[in-house]
Amino acid sequence: MQLKANKIGFRYENGPWLFRGVNASIEPGEVVGITGPSGRGKTTLCRILASYESPLEGEVTLNGAPLPKKGYHPVQMVLQHPEKAVNARWKMHRILNEGYHPDEEMLDLLGIKQEWLTRWPHELSGGELQRFCVARALGPDTRFLIADEMTTMLDAITQAQIWQAVTEIAQKRKMGIIVVTHESKLMQRLCHRVIEI
Amino acid sequence: MSILEVNHLSVSFKQYTTGLKQIDHKVISSLNVTLEAGEILAVVGASGSGKSILAHAIVGILPSNASIGGVMTYKGEELTPERQKALRGKEIALVPQSVNFLDPLMKVGRQVRTAVRAGDAIEAQRAVFERLRLGREVERMYPFQLSGGMARRTLLSTAMVSGAKVIIADEPTPGLDPVVMKEALDHFREFANQGCAVLLITHDIESALQIADKIAVFYAGTTVEIARVEDFAGQGEALRHPYSKALWRALPQNGFTPIPGSQPHSSALPPGCLFAPRCGMATPECLQAQPDMRELRDGMVRCIHAT
Repeated sequence: MQLKANKIGFRYENGPWLFRGVNASIEPGEVVGITGPSGRGKTTLCRILASYESPLEGEVTLNGAPLPKKGYHPVQMVLQHPEKAVNARWKMHRILNEGYHPDEEMLDLLGIKQEWLTRWPHELSGGELQRFCVARALGPDTRFLIADEMTTMLDAITQAQIWQAVTEIAQKRKMGIIVVTHESKLMQRLCHRVIEI
Repeated sequence: MSILEVNHLSVSFKQYTTGLKQIDHKVISSLNVTLEAGEILAVVGASGSGKSILAHAIVGILPSNASIGGVMTYKGEELTPERQKALRGKEIALVPQSVNFLDPLMKVGRQVRTAVRAGDAIEAQRAVFERLRLGREVERMYPFQLSGGMARRTLLSTAMVSGAKVIIADEPTPGLDPVVMKEALDHFREFANQGCAVLLITHDIESALQIADKIAVFYAGTTVEIARVEDFAGQGEALRHPYSKALWRALPQNGFTPIPGSQPHSSALPPGCLFAPRCGMATPECLQAQPDMRELRDGMVRCIHAT
């Protein structure tokens, strides 16, 4: 199960090419970092890999076949700002269970407390919210997780807690992880290799 | 004399639960910080520890359901709501945390120019954009056309052109690449060296250590320690509070080992020391009352066991 980007290129409308001819691949169980100056298209590349955008050139394949168009997407993404990634008018249990039903073990591992489930998103801190966003992205059919500045807004202790849980799950399930971050120390700590764009 | 002083600040939010029932969330309690001219004070701590609330309290932009206690002074005179209104954007500038603070319907070049107080606004805006490596085309863009890092630099530009005496920068660095980050941090340092003061709110301890003079560590709405930059070294032996030590040791370069648990919610604060439920050193005494800040080894700490 390999996730592969073949010579992909993208631009917004008639703007300049953000990137062209980008090749990247990631194997199950591998942790790959993506780094580069801001505005170079790291987030856009991630969005293409997770099918939020279609590339204008080239293609993304999973095991040699195009990414599925329906059903649970095998490539899931966690974003930098959890407060923008949840429905402000839903309580947390509904947000958590939208895609699948995470079990107790998952909630414990991520340190999600039962009493948080009955709260609204605005009643939780960024670190608490991000734990939910991670949990809901880790459905049983997730093969690759894209962490786009996933812990950038969090303090060091919360960051280490979340990454400890995510890497443990990834190892158990042989899930691949793509890490986008500007923090070189974090990159060194987590990644097997780094792609520069 | 301190340019900005915050004494015994407390902030609570009134919230409706069901029907007309109201509860008070105390998000900041007995908080003290002082800002000296020529100095950068970094405030580090967990998200939700009240760092942004402090920033908003100083410039006076808390929502109407907030009630504020304690005293803040600017240049020795009390910061009243009227004075805050008169000073903000002129003498005290805020770099807000959320990129949502940009006006979505105004081109970003124009937004930055509105902050210029003296001289040629266009020239000032172009100079600051060049310094932060934003291309000439960016000034004609709307916020939605910017990447996260570009939006962050636009927010920074607004404070940089304002000519303020105090800059309160709320998480100005996330999402910036190392080159731009260094440029932004250097600017803060230069700004302080000219006799102004910077309150740098961040959870990025590493960049705080590069430029700050002192570090205030926040936990659950109050300061637990004021430390010197040199104290953040090795395994954190020189740090005073157990939370500061835990924070230091959780960094990717220092072990990456987290302590369990999370910061208590403002609606369920423990009775005594706010860190006691997660603290390895906690004794029954710690649960009695919240310890006061005390001086220790050239710094301050809010812990009865710290040595």
